[in-house]
Amino acid sequence: MSGVSVTKAAEDAAPAGADLVVLSNVNKHFGALHVLQDIDLTIASGEVVVVIGPSGSGKSTLCRTINRLETIDSGAISIDGKPLPQEGKELARLRADVGMVFQSFNLFAHKTVLENVMLGQIKVRRTDKKLAEEKARALLDRVGVGVQADKYPAQLSGGQQQRVAIARALAMDPKVMLFDEPTSALDPEMINEVLEVMQQLAREGMTMVVVTHEMGFARSAANRVVFMADGKIVEEATPDQFFSNPRSDRAKDFLSKILHH
Amino acid sequence: MEAREIVFDFLEGYDLLGAFWVTVKLTVYSALGSLIWGTLLAGMRVGPVPLMRGFGTAYVNVIRNIPLTVIIVFASLGLFQTLQVQLGGGGDFEVINFRLAVLGLSLYTAAFVCEALRSGINTVPAGQAEAARALGLSFTQVLRLIILPQAFRAVVNPLANVLIALTKNTTVAAAIGVVEAAYLMKDMIEAEAQLILISAVFAFGFICLTLPTGLLLGWVSKKVAVKR
Ligand SMILES: Nc1ncnc2c1ncn2[C@@H]1O[C@H](COP(=O)(O)OP(=O)(O)OP(=O)(O)O)[C@@H](O)[C@H]1O
Ligand SMILES: [Mg+2]
Repeated sequence: MSGVSVTKAAEDAAPAGADLVVLSNVNKHFGALHVLQDIDLTIASGEVVVVIGPSGSGKSTLCRTINRLETIDSGAISIDGKPLPQEGKELARLRADVGMVFQSFNLFAHKTVLENVMLGQIKVRRTDKKLAEEKARALLDRVGVGVQADKYPAQLSGGQQQRVAIARALAMDPKVMLFDEPTSALDPEMINEVLEVMQQLAREGMTMVVVTHEMGFARSAANRVVFMADGKIVEEATPDQFFSNPRSDRAKDFLSKILHH
Repeated sequence: MEAREIVFDFLEGYDLLGAFWVTVKLTVYSALGSLIWGTLLAGMRVGPVPLMRGFGTAYVNVIRNIPLTVIIVFASLGLFQTLQVQLGGGGDFEVINFRLAVLGLSLYTAAFVCEALRSGINTVPAGQAEAARALGLSFTQVLRLIILPQAFRAVVNPLANVLIALTKNTTVAAAIGVVEAAYLMKDMIEAEAQLILISAVFAFGFICLTLPTGLLLGWVSKKVAVKR
């Protein structure tokens, strides 16, 4: 492997096990719809949390409030001890520390793969261009798309694009990575190549919040499963407990549906 | 040789090329001015500051509904003759009127540039801006680095139409005494008995300016299109 470190340098990383992301009593409405209801969730440094739940239960919204792509109506969210600031310079700085991977990849369509991975480093982190390119190339190699560096996103398969998107987020040395259904838009044969990259990240100790219905990933990589329904966190458990012995009826119902399809 | 001389001898003594050169200069300067101001206006219209959004919207709706002639004449009578705005022309009427015309054309055309660009911005998927914000880019960086470059590529053709309209609109500058093509044409029609031929020559001159513009930008449009 290329030896690029993807987790924060030891001195400025929160010690493993310390609270990194804390949501307390978070509420959010879309008009009359109460999408997040009294959400309390604490994610420790190095922890991998899988969020699952039926469509419309608020998983994406939860994910997006963590880097304030969605604002909240009440409650508090803090990252590494700092509360989320208002829109502005400081928020931008904080977002740089939170990597995000979207269902639809969202690679910058007018830039090459390499430029996609260099952009944040140069414009946000003010990294020297040469260093940024070296790091971008190393990360692209790491996720297995090094040879595609000079292509445009539209020339890549979905699986390749999503791996580039992961590399783009990693290039910022994030403290935590958010994944919102990273494999849902992929053809089945491409799902594994993306999950493997995520598995490896998890093994290296990256703090991750992953919205996914990939049970295999949840079982093998997650420390904890959070089950959401109707804007509430209904159940939290280890993957083993949750999949073999769900406590709530909502979870039992949900699992019976997705496991028998 | 003979026939050509007889048919086109009415052109003698007129600086046809000089007049069209002024038309070209009016077009180029106004195109640059309106591109810059129009881009800023588009930025205001999609920005997060309500005051700026309001200003952008009001500007576009007011300016594009005023006849260009009124704007140009106002620039001359209002700005120059009443308020003594000379735009650094140093008392030289020719220079001052040329600059006022560029100003008026730029302010007017910017409204159309803004609207063309805004439609381009709407073609950029919301996910592009979200991904950029998630990286920690500021609003202006997102606009400058991600949204506008893609928006411009999407609206090369509409912008070409704006440019062609601008080229023809420069003729309005004749109203405040800028000696461009239309000014000369009026002069010549009054002095020579060749209405149809003179009109044809000037029409041909404008086509020589606008047709290549359209073709070139049509080609550019295909070349730079963003593949999704
Ligand atoms: N921008 C928005 N405006 C209004 N309503 C919204 C908006 N975004 C989401 N919603 C609504 O909020 C609810 C929760 O949406 P969210 O996307 O968080 O659900 P989800 O759990 O991610 O669902 P899925 O599995 O389909 O992705 C849904 O009912 C959705 O229709
Ligand atoms: Mg979702």
